[in-house]
Amino acid sequence: MSTRKSTVAVSAIAASLLLALGACAPDPEANPTTGTGGSAAPTGEVKAGCEDYAVYGDLSGKTVSVYTSIVEVEQADQEESYDQFEECTGATIEYEGSREFEAQLPIRIEAGNAPDIAYLPQPGLLKTLVTNYPGKVIPASEGTAANVDKFFSPSWKDYGTVDDTFYAAPLGANMKSFVWYNPSLFKDKGYAIPTTWDEMLTLTDKITADFSGTDTKAWCAGIESGDATGWPATDWVEDVMLRTAGPEVYDQWVSHDIPFNDPQVVAALDAVGDILKDPTRVNGGFGDVKTIATQAWNSAGTPVLPAAEGETPKCVLHRAANFYQTNWPTGTTVAEDGDVFAFYLPGKTADDKPVLGGGEFVAAFRDAPEVAAFQAFLASDTWANAKAKATEGGGWVSANSGLDVNNLATDFDKLAASVLGDKNSVIRFDASDLMPAEVGAGSFWREMVKFFAEDKSSQDVADAIEKTWP
Amino acid sequence: MSTLEYVQYYFSWLWGEVRDFLLVANTPTQKFTVMAVVIVLFIAVMGLLLWLVDRPKRARNWLVATVFAGPAVLLVCFGLVYPAISTTKGSFYDKRGQAFVGFDNYVRAFTDSDFQIVLRNTVVWVVLVPLLSTIIGLVYAVLVDRTRFEKAAKTLVFLPMAISMVGASVIWKFVYEYRGGGNRQIGLMNQVLVWLGLEPQQFLINAPLNTLFLIAVMVWIQAGFAMTILSASIKAIPDDIVEAARLDGLGGFGMFRYITVPSIRPALVVVLTTIAMATLKVFDIVRTMTAGNFGTSVVANEFYTQSFKFNDKGMGAALAVILFILIIPLIVYNVRQMRKVEEIR
Repeated sequence: MSTRKSTVAVSAIAASLLLALGACAPDPEANPTTGTGGSAAPTGEVKAGCEDYAVYGDLSGKTVSVYTSIVEVEQADQEESYDQFEECTGATIEYEGSREFEAQLPIRIEAGNAPDIAYLPQPGLLKTLVTNYPGKVIPASEGTAANVDKFFSPSWKDYGTVDDTFYAAPLGANMKSFVWYNPSLFKDKGYAIPTTWDEMLTLTDKITADFSGTDTKAWCAGIESGDATGWPATDWVEDVMLRTAGPEVYDQWVSHDIPFNDPQVVAALDAVGDILKDPTRVNGGFGDVKTIATQAWNSAGTPVLPAAEGETPKCVLHRAANFYQTNWPTGTTVAEDGDVFAFYLPGKTADDKPVLGGGEFVAAFRDAPEVAAFQAFLASDTWANAKAKATEGGGWVSANSGLDVNNLATDFDKLAASVLGDKNSVIRFDASDLMPAEVGAGSFWREMVKFFAEDKSSQDVADAIEKTWP
Repeated sequence: MSTLEYVQYYFSWLWGEVRDFLLVANTPTQKFTVMAVVIVLFIAVMGLLLWLVDRPKRARNWLVATVFAGPAVLLVCFGLVYPAISTTKGSFYDKRGQAFVGFDNYVRAFTDSDFQIVLRNTVVWVVLVPLLSTIIGLVYAVLVDRTRFEKAAKTLVFLPMAISMVGASVIWKFVYEYRGGGNRQIGLMNQVLVWLGLEPQQFLINAPLNTLFLIAVMVWIQAGFAMTILSASIKAIPDDIVEAARLDGLGGFGMFRYITVPSIRPALVVVLTTIAMATLKVFDIVRTMTAGNFGTSVVANEFYTQSFKFNDKGMGAALAVILFILIIPLIVYNVRQMRKVEEIR
């Protein structure tokens, strides 16, 4: 008996639930597009400070997930730069930074768990994603394309384009052709900033002679970076390629019109080895040549600063990108008359100004108005200036021409932005970022580790990388 | 609009709403609701099955077996058998999984010098880690057995078990840290070497010894596990056997060799094989400490690197299959051993 009773009760509850839900069913005759909320027209009046954001409309209740390789220190600035966007549009940005980004993103896409937006640190990765997962990367929205056309040079747009479809807008930019040095040491020793590659080698010899018999070496380097160990070494090779072989050959190298083991590439590797594999020139503060392979890149420049007040620095020169600025210990003054500053890694002659650059690209994986709006926002001058203001510690620039240089935090950033905007600079994108991921984020890294750790020869390294080219 | 049409419309609308709600869960509330719905569904289905099985007064054996084991078998098929078959199939295909290449991936895995190092390292790991962990655990368990400091001493060795592999790797990376020339050491091991008047060493770079220094980390973690299990079974040896042996004149090493070890043999086998299986899957330590560089890669790490960094799905699958084949004998042995123990009972 009791079973029958409960069956009746359950049926009754189910029926009443259905009825209750039925009351909520929209009238089938009504226009299906009304009442969805998303397409509400802008409401005439705009909150103070939101004038630049009105174009993105009302995105209340919408969420955009962002997955990036930008983690702590810079992550806080990134998140801060979206605050106004969130405030004005009502959208929520869910930021997730991961050091394993490059490896995890394809896994997430394959698992159907792709983020809405990802900041791809390499155009090569964009190419791989578009080829391997057709239809997953959403072509850039009209608003995004319009902003990129307005604020970026065509070459930057090309880097976000695969097979004539424009997918990803440039975000931040970085400039890798810098050598960090200790201004007071330079002053004491009377060293001058080198303006050509040969002058830099002469300076290297001079430093080596001046400090012979001590632990101080001319150069220090470190290429350990967890999952991505090896990338700082590829930057070295690229910078040298641009100088020894020139931008045209560099482009052929990137597009594989010349093989990776072309004599000109081997020559560039030899030129890198000339500095970094010479035990009398490296590895200041850390030990012998092999320590380059195990030293973490983000603290490899530390010996440029004296370990304690009054001590001689263990290292004089450290080639690293502009973003190394944020890796100096807290309290370090980055200025021409401060604790550290950087000079442009010189070209063959004083007139040659090749610049190795890089940057992140914003790719969308969900076709929705809020995702499109956020992608367009990131390509706008509004965001570039908001990010510049949020980055109080410095270490960030963009190739966005709408960026007001005065909003940048430090003199060094202003210098980087001015080189980036200089019409005489020949800017080339980071080659490893443009090559197929198997090479650019795989064998090139791995073989450069062997270059240092196992003293593998330039020719063998180039041959091994060439073998893995797909 | 007829009533029938309206009912049809109504149900398609209702289904659409429910589907959207369940599949596009964005807010925590929605996600928790989805979770609750799934739990209720699970309970309902299981309840229904159990109720159905219970219905006939004399249920047939096969019916009961199907209903109880069926869901588990289905899930195993879906979660283990299907991936195993698809991975095996993938190992005969090229990078993109499109063209059939036969045994090419396997040939490369066994002939390419880089992969040979990977296989060699895996063998070294599987042989050394279980042996060292078990020996250290066993000797330690015997030594501290029934002493005054037993609890404290055991806790000390067991503590590393509580640390994650990645955490342990980070700790040991600092221990092995190297500074050359006259620079101040910041790693413990090298500072000890310097104090002893020896040259500091680059523990993580110098192959093939660097693999041994990675193995030390795994042994450090697993010795505590071995010690705990073995200590418990030593305590379970009946006192009368020990006493009888003592009366027969056994002591010290003889007691260990002829009484302790044979008495705890089943536990020893379980510990050895369990650690061996854990070792075959070792990934975190290698990845955190060297990322597979300097000739320290093992199959589990290389499989990941090939699949997800080099985008070589075929090679990754082939390495996974090799790992799978390596682990089979261990499992067979383990199961046989367990059966034997049951027969004795």
